[in-house]
Amino acid sequence: MTTDVFILMKFELIIAIVIFILLFVKVGSDGWSNKKTLNVINILLLINFIAGFFMNDDGTLFGDMFRTNDLISLEKNILNLGTLIISAQAYSWLKNHKHVLEFYMLLLSTLLGMFLMISAGNFLMFYLGLELSTIPLAAICNFDLEKRQSSEAAMKLIISSAFSSGLLLFGISLVYGTTGTLSFSELSPLLNGSELQLFAFVLLLAGFAFKISVVPFHLWTADVYEGSPVAVTSYLSVISKGAFLFVFVSVLYNVFKPIADTWYNMLFLLSVLTMIIGNLFAIRQNNLKRFLAFSSITQMGFILVGISGSSQMGPASVIYFLLIYIFSNLGAFGVIAFVSAITGKETMDDYKGFYKTNPFLTWVLTISLFSLAGIPPTAGFFGKFFLIMAGAGKGNYMLISIAALNMIISLYYYLKVVKAMFMDANDQPIEKLSIDTLPKLAMLICVAGIIVVGFVPAIYDYIYSLSLTF
Amino acid sequence: MNLSLLILIPLLTAILILFCKGIKQVRTIALVGSIVQLSVTLFLLFAYWQERATGNDSHMLFEFNQTWFDPLHINYHIGVDGISIAMILLTSFVVLAGILVSWNTQKMSKEFFFLLIFLSLGAYGYFISLDLFTLFFFLEIAVIPKFLLIGIWGSGKKEYSAMKLALMLMGGSALVFVGLLGLYFNTNTGDGSHTFDLLQIAQMHIPIEVQKIFFPFAFVGFGIFGALFPFHTWVPDGHSSAPTAASMFLAGISMKLGGYGCLRVATYLMPDAAQAYSPIIIVLATIAIIYGAFATMMQKDLKYINAYSSVSHCGFVLLGIGMMTQTSINGAVTQMVSHGLMTALFFAAIGMIYDRTHTRIAAQLGGLLKIMPFISTVFVLAGLCSLGLPGLSGFVAEMTVFMGSWQNPDALYRIATILSCASIVVTAVYILRAVGQAIMGPITDEHYNQLTDATWNEKFAAAILLIGIIAIGIAPFWLSNLISPGTKTIIEHTITTATLK
Repeated sequence: MTTDVFILMKFELIIAIVIFILLFVKVGSDGWSNKKTLNVINILLLINFIAGFFMNDDGTLFGDMFRTNDLISLEKNILNLGTLIISAQAYSWLKNHKHVLEFYMLLLSTLLGMFLMISAGNFLMFYLGLELSTIPLAAICNFDLEKRQSSEAAMKLIISSAFSSGLLLFGISLVYGTTGTLSFSELSPLLNGSELQLFAFVLLLAGFAFKISVVPFHLWTADVYEGSPVAVTSYLSVISKGAFLFVFVSVLYNVFKPIADTWYNMLFLLSVLTMIIGNLFAIRQNNLKRFLAFSSITQMGFILVGISGSSQMGPASVIYFLLIYIFSNLGAFGVIAFVSAITGKETMDDYKGFYKTNPFLTWVLTISLFSLAGIPPTAGFFGKFFLIMAGAGKGNYMLISIAALNMIISLYYYLKVVKAMFMDANDQPIEKLSIDTLPKLAMLICVAGIIVVGFVPAIYDYIYSLSLTF
Repeated sequence: MNLSLLILIPLLTAILILFCKGIKQVRTIALVGSIVQLSVTLFLLFAYWQERATGNDSHMLFEFNQTWFDPLHINYHIGVDGISIAMILLTSFVVLAGILVSWNTQKMSKEFFFLLIFLSLGAYGYFISLDLFTLFFFLEIAVIPKFLLIGIWGSGKKEYSAMKLALMLMGGSALVFVGLLGLYFNTNTGDGSHTFDLLQIAQMHIPIEVQKIFFPFAFVGFGIFGALFPFHTWVPDGHSSAPTAASMFLAGISMKLGGYGCLRVATYLMPDAAQAYSPIIIVLATIAIIYGAFATMMQKDLKYINAYSSVSHCGFVLLGIGMMTQTSINGAVTQMVSHGLMTALFFAAIGMIYDRTHTRIAAQLGGLLKIMPFISTVFVLAGLCSLGLPGLSGFVAEMTVFMGSWQNPDALYRIATILSCASIVVTAVYILRAVGQAIMGPITDEHYNQLTDATWNEKFAAAILLIGIIAIGIAPFWLSNLISPGTKTIIEHTITTATLK
């Protein structure tokens, strides 16, 4: 039992240890420069990422409060990878920041919360993890300490999070009221699709939809994304959404399987709305952070198409897509974060003529945007193809046609950014920037991921074989 | 022979270009790469003949099948028949000529040649694919380089044209995407699993109701690439804004992706639906032919003349496919090859003239034959091929399409054939008028006297394309022998499924 705890909770324990190390560093490191601190932190995160690949085991703990298996380990590894990349990209921003250690302690606390949430085998545990992950997140949204917008973003996030948590709690309590249990494994046979249970499900769905910003629960997204520091924005859009999606898929496919027909219709409606509205708003954006916010809303719509397929391909394609989405979105955010940290420029007009002065950054951003748009040979093509293919398995070609149409609309605005960088003339383009090693490395990892992932079928095969255990 | 070479050589060339410094290295690598590619395709042609001579009469030769995504039954499956070889030959001729024509591109030359080579990679991969996933993958690869080529190096309202072209072509591929998924989920390999394999799907009998739903998706999707009326509007804008080499690639290669897809995927895999929708295809193709011809009459810009005439000429491809007789499909394939070579040559000549005179308006030119005899001769030859002069490839192709179309005795088909034939007269009018204005007559501008004739690279480029045009024009039998086993398989397939019903 005691050794079990150490092996099964390995991911959570390592993160907790890192947080404690940072706490001690905080106390005893008066003379440390920011660069030294950041290097130490990044090495710790790298160790954390590598350690995720060894000694993984299946099992449950504390009754069935906590469970883990290969799929859950994989999901945690993906989140670790994303956190590592974001941390490397934040280097240029944090090297002049006063509160580096606090930032990382809060960031890792949210990651710990997400890990606990993914591993949850019980709604109670799930809710604890969720709260641990959202409250520190609102705090780090406020980390551009001089900007009023940043505090506004934090305020908006905390209010909307509290509201969605409330919805979730109400849903959970109704589930408990109708079935008498909160354990995932015991719940499923007890669900009979009674009206109260359906109501509970709608509340749960709304709560999740808030967290992954699905239309019509998306209104907080753009403002929070715009106000927060770019590193936090990318964390919100990739890691936080990724974690919630993992849980969402798991809950839908495991717990609410008996009412699959009901949630299929709901997902159908939500995905159509999300794709169309996300696209229409993305077209009109000039600030690149807002633009990526709406583009990420659209991507959630495509993911819902994949989830609605409800075959084995569904979860496999969602996880595969999320892996690719981490590379593509972080590639794009990496460039924008870097440029914003050095020059403070964030609008599309500022990026006109960007290619003349910064060809490397332009190519990274272009390849990432192509991957988000799903253009081969980037990995985004494979991700999106399989996602929509999973959705097509149901035979609902109406949904597939709408998704295909939205892919064209989304291509339009991605190409608009590419056009601004390559084709538009500009009297005062962003000057030539010299890139720090760590952010550059992170960008190269993203580009490499985008190019390689589609051509290594073993990755998809592995995820597919694991998704049986969902 | 290993067909993957056809993808690996351009890939290697493109990667090498990334590591080059200066225009001289870049263009040398690009030239060497495309010459090697041309030799490989010629070798492929001979290997194909040799294989056929030894009595190997399987549908596809040099097949290679490698699992890609096992759980989804997606394979990297490649192979060629005569039709694919004809298209591959066309591609390698046009690519080599395009590289030579852009020899002096100073602006961002590295990116320019990289994108050209990358575009050709998509085309090669597309023509050898026997798996619908692979095919779709390569089809989309060939779209985005065009956006950048037109938007960065183009002229006129280039950003608008680039965006329009990219969105319309992606719209086409989105339709194809839905069509392919629909096919996939209606296949059954025996154990309940699905397949993207083109040859396997051809052996299955997809229910006619399913075919009728998904045939329009696939056909219109590919049709957008092949300038199907009314989705042809990207053609004039895209072609006229593109830099010379990109126009050549667009007209010579990209539009052929559409025709090939209509034939190989839509018609071959869904023969019943193809029969059922044939009248609609015929009507649309005839409108494209006539509308394209009359629209060309109104154009003053040489590039627009050629672009609109491409709409008209590509109409013949779709007409041939829609007629569903072996001769007409033979004609359609020949027309694809012939039109590819001929428009590429035409655009090359127009590009050469524009580089020197800085105008493309036919009325502002004049008397060019006296100043630049070589370029003018090339221009006239391309024009004559376009209007279907015997001895050049255009005549062979259009004649075959008409013969095949006439074999279809239905009244509608007869009327369509007659109307399409009549368009040749219009073609003659606009071609001869353009030639008369631009090439013949007195020299309109005295500055033109200082202009020089073609340089070595331009001569070489024109010669390559002319060889192809004349080789088909004088001795068409080798091409028709090459493609007819492939078209025969397709047409027999439609007949057997028709009798099965």
